[in-house]
Amino acid sequence: MEKLQPQEHVKEIQKLAMSKIKRRELLKLLPIGAASISLPLFNESLIKQGLSFSDWVSETLYNPNQLAEVFTDSQVTEFKKFPYNTYDKDDPEVDLENWRLSVEGLVEKAGDYKLEQIQALPKYTQNVRHICIEGWDVIGNFAGAKLADFLKMIGADSKARFVEVICADYYYSSYDMASCLHPQTLLCYEMYGKPLDRGHGAPLRIHMPTKLGYKSCKYLISLRVSNILSKDKGFWEDQGYSWFAGI
Amino acid sequence: MKNLFFGQKVKIVDKEKTILYIYEHPLFVRLTHWLNALSLAILIMSGLEIFSAFPSFAEKIPQVDLINIPSVLRLGGWLGGAIQWHFTFMWVFIITGIFYLFLCFFTGYWKTIFFLPKDIKGLLPMIKHYFFFKPKPPQIETYNALQKFAYTIVIILGVFSVITGILLYKPIQFSFIVYLLGGFKLVRLWHFLTMCGFLFFITGHIIMVILHGWGNFLSIIIGWKKNIDNTNISKNS
Repeated sequence: MEKLQPQEHVKEIQKLAMSKIKRRELLKLLPIGAASISLPLFNESLIKQGLSFSDWVSETLYNPNQLAEVFTDSQVTEFKKFPYNTYDKDDPEVDLENWRLSVEGLVEKAGDYKLEQIQALPKYTQNVRHICIEGWDVIGNFAGAKLADFLKMIGADSKARFVEVICADYYYSSYDMASCLHPQTLLCYEMYGKPLDRGHGAPLRIHMPTKLGYKSCKYLISLRVSNILSKDKGFWEDQGYSWFAGI
Repeated sequence: MKNLFFGQKVKIVDKEKTILYIYEHPLFVRLTHWLNALSLAILIMSGLEIFSAFPSFAEKIPQVDLINIPSVLRLGGWLGGAIQWHFTFMWVFIITGIFYLFLCFFTGYWKTIFFLPKDIKGLLPMIKHYFFFKPKPPQIETYNALQKFAYTIVIILGVFSVITGILLYKPIQFSFIVYLLGGFKLVRLWHFLTMCGFLFFITGHIIMVILHGWGNFLSIIIGWKKNIDNTNISKNS
């Protein structure tokens, strides 16, 4: 057994060990107790702040040169096992004949662009993982023009901060410029070697392997370059999902 | 107040009765214990809500759900709300963990709690005592070998849960590590299994706390444990 403390010290401790000090010791834990009890009261704003903080860290630490893993053709998920994942309906009945992409904002050449103009840009094909916020993932084959090339073609201000898009099914989202300029971010018009079918966003979708699936908008109809983010940041983002959504 | 640190024993003669006070848990341990209890409960419950959005570790098509988590165990209301909880309290959990480990090494507390090679020989007798009701081996240190083993494993689990969590959060940024751990689907499974490990630990931990009674429980709040009979200065849980 250890040696007990000298008598004088014991007296000091004696006071400490008695009920008064116990109360004082308890008080030290009060902030945690209070925090846990009051959590439900201010959880809405608290946890939204927490998500925004996580987004801020994600965006600050984002490495624009980090490429998503690419896969061989044999590793690609079968086409019929690539889900049609929409928030509303699989087919917003886009008139493919007269479809145009409307471009506005901080660009030199605003206006309506035809699919042929986008297809005239260098075409890239990639087998990349598509990860849903729900937790499932598939490896898909995507082809299209680099969004970076398209932004160059329309004379977008590359120092602008945001790109906002609107879709034919009233879905909408917005992106940081760095992610739009990522070499694997595509304006995608083909999947699995065929023109996009209606369920996958015909005629044009974004595919960003560096972000969660809900950032890969389908049925694009409008693209806007800006420095000020609209208060409608995105269909899911406005309901509480992460805005940055970088993975 | 000086030299007041864990393991210190104080004898007090109170009304002709000898009471031994043991300063069992230093303040930083008590503080991080309760911060962990709070954040881990929130992380597990919001994690179960997140998992419920796709309760499988296989393909999306055809989707085979493994389990239907009762809504009373979930937190957040829906996937987006649960993610907000999860991504807020992950910071509390990580910062608490770093603070705890830093102080463990800085104060030498790790010697009390970490399972070291010298503890291996004490493990089997303790297991026999706890699970097969064999006689209790003599208590030499603050914590017995099995306690040290459990506490060390749970610290490793905590570190692993953070690593797998970061990988799930940023699988592209850390794609090589994801690959090393068997790919995205398996990292999801590892993250889930660390949660199962926590549940196993918490269950055992709470059972032991109940068995050892109120005085023992009080010491994780006030730091001191009262031993009326000083002939047997054993400390548990």
